[in-house]
Amino acid sequence: MRLVRLVLARVAFYLFVTLVAAFFALPMLWLVLTPFNPRGTLAAEIPSPATMANFRLVFANAFAMRALLNSAILGIGAMLITTLVATLAAYALSRTDVPGLDFLIYALILFSSVVTGTAAMVPIFLLIFYLGLIDTLLGVILVFTGGLLPTAIFIMRDFVEGIPRSYEESALVSGATPRQMFQDVVAPLVQPGMMVVAIWAFVHVWGAFLIPFILLRSPTSMPASVAIYSFYTEAGTPIITLTSSYALLFALPVLVLYLLVNWRYGFRFFGGIKR
Amino acid sequence: MARIMLENVTRRFGLVIAVDNVSLPIIDGEFFALLGPSGCGKTTTLRLIAGLEVPTAGRVHIGDRDVTGLPPRERDVAMVFQDYALYPHMTILDNVGYPLKVRGVGRREIRERVGEVAGFLQIAELLERRPAQLSGGQQQRAAVARAVVHKPQVFLFDEPLSNLDAKLRLEARGFLKHLQHELGITTVYVTHDQAEALALADRIAIMNQGRIIQVGTPLEVYRRPQTTFVAGFIGNPPMNLVPCRLEVGVDTAHLVGTTFRLDLTSLRDRLALTLRDGEEVILGVRPEHLTFCGQGDSFAIPAETYAIQPLGAECVVILLVDSTTLSVRLFTGEPPQQTGRVWVGVNPERILVYRKSGELVLG
Ligand SMILES: Nc1ncnc2c1ncn2[C@@H]1O[C@H](COP(=O)(O)OP(=O)(O)OP(=O)(O)O)[C@@H](O)[C@H]1O
Ligand SMILES: [Mg+2]
Repeated sequence: MRLVRLVLARVAFYLFVTLVAAFFALPMLWLVLTPFNPRGTLAAEIPSPATMANFRLVFANAFAMRALLNSAILGIGAMLITTLVATLAAYALSRTDVPGLDFLIYALILFSSVVTGTAAMVPIFLLIFYLGLIDTLLGVILVFTGGLLPTAIFIMRDFVEGIPRSYEESALVSGATPRQMFQDVVAPLVQPGMMVVAIWAFVHVWGAFLIPFILLRSPTSMPASVAIYSFYTEAGTPIITLTSSYALLFALPVLVLYLLVNWRYGFRFFGGIKR
Repeated sequence: MARIMLENVTRRFGLVIAVDNVSLPIIDGEFFALLGPSGCGKTTTLRLIAGLEVPTAGRVHIGDRDVTGLPPRERDVAMVFQDYALYPHMTILDNVGYPLKVRGVGRREIRERVGEVAGFLQIAELLERRPAQLSGGQQQRAAVARAVVHKPQVFLFDEPLSNLDAKLRLEARGFLKHLQHELGITTVYVTHDQAEALALADRIAIMNQGRIIQVGTPLEVYRRPQTTFVAGFIGNPPMNLVPCRLEVGVDTAHLVGTTFRLDLTSLRDRLALTLRDGEEVILGVRPEHLTFCGQGDSFAIPAETYAIQPLGAECVVILLVDSTTLSVRLFTGEPPQQTGRVWVGVNPERILVYRKSGELVLG
């Protein structure tokens, strides 16, 4: 009797888990299957016959392609500035004793979530407007950089503090100038941290909708995250064939980045790097 | 090659005075050890010479130059850190060649000169490896190689052997001394291991609480420790220090303990010069200057055997005298015949007398 009860409980448990998994897997399945389906549908059905026609349509759409390029410019621009500035700032902050520094950084992080959030949209719009940067990619990059920096500095500081000072001192005594020391010793050692920050910044900017939506006007400067909302018929119904294949293209860079990181650093990536 | 001069150097960290008004002349080409207990300011002194710390007061000279305000790279020194500080992302070749690289030496010449020192230090076949793939002893030699490769004027070592196991440490000791002798580079060596300092150095400075207590050759500091602190720090086992009282008569002198009375009449005039009759003093005597003897000897102290430690070539016997302990070193290696109640004789030629406050007054 007890055995039967045990088996039944097991079966029920797995059924439940399968249901939950299916619930979350379905949208993924849709994302992967629908782009190859000649009929645009909201059901996750196996495409028959599978076709590349949707992709041909997307690739032929100059506006859609331009939007992907814009996304790349925004993502890479914000990534480069954020990573570089955060690394230098984190280094400077961790190697000097400034009283009240921790408090300052926490306060900044707190405010940074406001900066990129909805609440600050009006002041940000005004600021960018008066700077004459409305409808420029640079304006969007700067807003993102400002928003990402405090957290990026916080993450980088952990990595910098993991480097024993004796490495740097040894370089200085060996005859290195402070710049040589930073280039030859510090930078290679904080590289894993820079990777973390870079990818985190890129993914964040790549998927963001609100800020580019508000700060960019002309269709030629829209990034993909905004452009995807324009695949509608005149009647206002979404063109699912186009949207789905574009969504898959849009998801690919992020997927590739995560796979790359996983291949290079394994699962320890976000748990702090062990040397 | 250069001499080093510290002139009234002080370094404060907030309220802590890590180095307190230290003046040290270190002679060109000598092997100089800084010895002292943990936290006494040895590392800070070394870092002041390297330029990694700036003195709060005082001047630092290397050679004929005042380097007090100069950054490390303009001092032409090399330092071996306690953790070796080999860069984990570089091969041993790049590590050892780094001082040359930052001086703008070409790739080809770096390879050549690194090969030279690597051969000398027996790490030639490890050059393509990373530091993590080396044993402790090999890492230590790689760190030394990086220090010698650009032929600095001054060598600085901060406890370079403390991460090695006992056997390797002895090996490395011989190797370092030989190396310094070959190169003749002025060397400052920080250690808290008195045996290491005695074995390696031409001269030793003993530090305590940021001050230099005594400077001298290993024999000088061993034979005539200027304070009871030095006496208790140097030697293994350290010097026996027995509190007692001085009795000076018209032409007699005795050191009186609770259970003994040593006749020091031969030293009466020298004792009477600096000490008063009835003054509390401390008797210092090295374990090897104590011998077992018969009762009633005028230099004998009654004692109780407490522990016997045979060490092969010698034998250390710990005795209880009243409430203090005395160590006796016997060079025969044979443990003593008698145990229990024994008498130990003191060689009056070899005794030191300290004031209660710790300074040496006789010896
Ligand atoms: N950067 C610093 N900030 C504050 N205090 C310091 C600093 N460096 C050293 N000190 C203090 O100065 C004193 C001397 O330190 P130092 O490192 O020179 O000692 P040490 O003799 O090398 O000891 P050890 O044998 O433990 O290495 C210690 O009390 C230490 O706490
Ligand atoms: Mg130290």
